Amino acid sequence: MRLEYFQLIDRIVDLNLADRNISSVATVPTTNPIFEGHFPGFPLMPGVLLIEAMAQTAGWLVLARHEFKRMAILCAVRDARLRTFVTPGQQLSIKAHLKHEGSGYTVLEAKGSVEGNSVCEATVMLRVVDFPNAEMRSHMRAYAAQIGLSVETPVDG
Amino acid sequence: MSSTFDTIANIISETCDIPRDSIKPESHAINDLGIDSLDFLDIAFAIDKAFGIMMPLEKWTQEVNEGKATTDQYFVLKNLSERIDELVAAKGA
Repeated sequence: MRLEYFQLIDRIVDLNLADRNISSVATVPTTNPIFEGHFPGFPLMPGVLLIEAMAQTAGWLVLARHEFKRMAILCAVRDARLRTFVTPGQQLSIKAHLKHEGSGYTVLEAKGSVEGNSVCEATVMLRVVDFPNAEMRSHMRAYAAQIGLSVETPVDG
Repeated sequence: MSSTFDTIANIISETCDIPRDSIKPESHAINDLGIDSLDFLDIAFAIDKAFGIMMPLEKWTQEVNEGKATTDQYFVLKNLSERIDELVAAKGA
């Protein structure tokens, strides 16, 4: 999890395009300037970043379904629940399921857990748009490869 | 009044908190009801689910942008209802 770069997902551990499911893991860093303010003496992973981590996991599923020809952009969050504290050093496991694929948008349900215990959930809507330029698409493909999301040969896909 | 229109009007009313009585078949979703693009995605999601279809929003938008269609054809609600009926019929064909 590279909070400074807003790259919250460490690794894609499962991708099933047929069933429209994806799973990722992300370890909260033990130190980060964010924790100096959130909060002094009681560092917590901000809830909005838990939502972002769920949205990014969902986004990778959408990119994979579109074979990295289109980009997914978060546009709405529904029914977000932040059930308990997530602290530095904990590993988040995130699962997302594509609930509906519309024209230019998708709706996914995502859940996060730590050591099997549910910590967050949300329904996210993502716009599906053309990449604005080749540089961004190239970057997303390279980042996908870094986190184990093979563009050419999706897992179980 | 067609049930398709009623379904769409109810969806718009609930999604955008617009009084149901103010939603007419002649209403333009954008110009008259003030629905923005993000709210319209919520409406599209609800319509897709209600009718078991996928509204081709991207295709419609492209046609409007290219001057091949007017927004009235897709966003005046009586016309939108007809488009939905066509999509439902095509699905069952």
